[in-house]
Amino acid sequence: MRSILSVSISAIAVVAASASFAQQRVVKYYGDFDPAPLEGMQKIISAFEEANPDIKIEFQNFDHEGYKTSIRNFLTAEPPDLANWYAGNRMAPFVNAGQFMDVSDVWEENGLKESLASALPSMTIDDKQWGVPYTYYQWGIYYNKDAYAQAGVDVPETWDDFIANCAKFQEAGIDCVTTGTKALWPGAGIFDYMNLRTNGYEFHMDLANGNVEWTDDRVKAAFAEWAKLVEPGYITANHAALDWQDAAALLVQGKAANYVMGNFAVAVFKEGGMTDDTLGFMPFPTINPDVPRAEEAPTDTVHVTAGAQNPDDAKKFLAFLATAEAQTTINEAIGQLPINKDAKVAEDDPFIKAGFELLSTTEGGIAQFFDRDAPAEMAKIGMEGFQQFMVQPDQLDNILERLEKARGRIYK
Amino acid sequence: MSHASTDARSRTWWRENQQKLTPYIFLIPGVIFFLVYVIIPIFQSFWISGFDWDGLGEKQWIGLENYRELFDDDAFYTSLKNNIIWLVLYMLAVPAGLGIAIFLNQKVRGIRAYKSLFFFPFVISQVVVGLIFAWFYAPNFGLFYILIERLTGSGVAILADPDLVTYGIIAAGLWPQIAYCMILYLTGLNAVDPEQIEAARLDAAKGFKMLWYVILPQLRPATFMAVVVTVIGALRSFDLVSIMTDGGPFGSSRVLSFYMYEQALSEYGYRMGYGASIAVILFLIMMVFISGFIWKMVDDERKGL
Repeated sequence: MRSILSVSISAIAVVAASASFAQQRVVKYYGDFDPAPLEGMQKIISAFEEANPDIKIEFQNFDHEGYKTSIRNFLTAEPPDLANWYAGNRMAPFVNAGQFMDVSDVWEENGLKESLASALPSMTIDDKQWGVPYTYYQWGIYYNKDAYAQAGVDVPETWDDFIANCAKFQEAGIDCVTTGTKALWPGAGIFDYMNLRTNGYEFHMDLANGNVEWTDDRVKAAFAEWAKLVEPGYITANHAALDWQDAAALLVQGKAANYVMGNFAVAVFKEGGMTDDTLGFMPFPTINPDVPRAEEAPTDTVHVTAGAQNPDDAKKFLAFLATAEAQTTINEAIGQLPINKDAKVAEDDPFIKAGFELLSTTEGGIAQFFDRDAPAEMAKIGMEGFQQFMVQPDQLDNILERLEKARGRIYK
Repeated sequence: MSHASTDARSRTWWRENQQKLTPYIFLIPGVIFFLVYVIIPIFQSFWISGFDWDGLGEKQWIGLENYRELFDDDAFYTSLKNNIIWLVLYMLAVPAGLGIAIFLNQKVRGIRAYKSLFFFPFVISQVVVGLIFAWFYAPNFGLFYILIERLTGSGVAILADPDLVTYGIIAAGLWPQIAYCMILYLTGLNAVDPEQIEAARLDAAKGFKMLWYVILPQLRPATFMAVVVTVIGALRSFDLVSIMTDGGPFGSSRVLSFYMYEQALSEYGYRMGYGASIAVILFLIMMVFISGFIWKMVDDERKGL
């Protein structure tokens, strides 16, 4: 990683030197895109450069996992002007350490509070905005239609139907719910939905922000619903040794019926041979009809760093990225949803369409994801607890006590 | 005149002390690097372990609070327990390496090829070893899983089982470690004095007694090295844990070095002070062994062994 970084720095230095001949101002931008989103971002960059011939965006791509650790180094050592990151509490450490720049003026001047309204709460800390979101995606249940046919059950309307189906799947030798928790986070997706559906958005956020005890009866009620899947063995055994892609393979092969996942998994299912005819999507079923429906939709963002050499042009790029046209372009490439309410959504992709309908009709609120809503330390220890619960459900009381102890320490 | 005399004096001072100074001059680069990369960071770790620090913002002095928390942390005791299991079981590499070395220490056609095959696991990267074993244990398609499934009717996913996972990783670690000990013993066996063996044979020594009373005493230097590298290998068992399980399931395969990394440097770790306090504890444990080894080496040297 370090070698890539140093190469990129020297490359940027060379480009910066040559660019200064042409009287161009340079904006350094570090990101962590997969190939398809990278292509989308490059389209946006060239469109921006065309509109602003005096500005050159010097983009450097990192690999995902490496980026998460190297961002801490480059923000303090040699910050670019722009950097990719995530919304919600995930950006809080950088905001609190003064590493990201306040971009409330970009929001104010471009009317972003209107056009990006749905992401405003998750971009706001201390009443200021700290970056610009460009994409998000829904979570829900992806299912194998052939597996449903094989077990002879219908797509469930309610949580009770869902559980009843699971018994039939078990008889047919199919895992009702699959997941791969080797990297921990897939388990957090299930927990989030159990808690959102049982206790609602407000309570879920209070829990993530450390205002509620983990030993609270309402938390236990959410785990009790989850236990209906865990105790009879409806969830894939050995999930702790599986990556999320391994579990996706089980769904593709029809060995598992349902998968609580984010929309990025569709690409993996389709690579495995599934089509719009065999792959289905449904919102997570209602558990407690009294709570308004809330959903999970993690948002990806771009930030101006506090050490930016060229913050004015960097902000200009953020404003461009927030426009409906730019968001349409990049989300077409990624296969995800734009934040800008005037941007166009791909009409021919049923999963994108379903996600758009799901999220635009959500009355309860939109959560980011457990590891973005809760502080990093709490997220880590919490996700370990969720994994343990799915292996040893009888240890629930110990797990909750451990989380409560961590809560007492982390939120001071 | 006076100028010339000081010049001559300094030249002679250099001449006179050249012999004494040369070793120090040659040592300087090594000492500087050792200080900058080993000694000073050790003291820095002690210092940082007294702070609450996320690596970005302001450091906050909290004294021994990190240690107080550490000694009340279940994850710390799990890691410590795993470290001890590693130390004990990793020692199997020494007798196993000796056994293979004795087995291979014969003159057969193509023995060099066999030796290099046995040595092979030590040559490949620990990351590759970890991946191979992770696939070997993988549920549903791993060879080991399928084998157990055929034999008992239900497969065991070693890396998903909190009670078995550490043993599964140690088994992976033993594979290259045995090869390493084997190579140490093979070179040692070359140096065994054939005349002593001849003499022992005349006195009707054979089998285990021959090994125990004649061969092993001559292999002492090799045994010492094998124990040292195995102890160090067990204590810094980081890469296999990271590759095979990432400390999971729910932290049951963590060792101290991995827990330190997780707390200080990983994706969700923002606790430099806490990580440093784990590093200090690990350092103290290692110091016990390191001082033991150094003491033994000095002792041997004094005795002229």
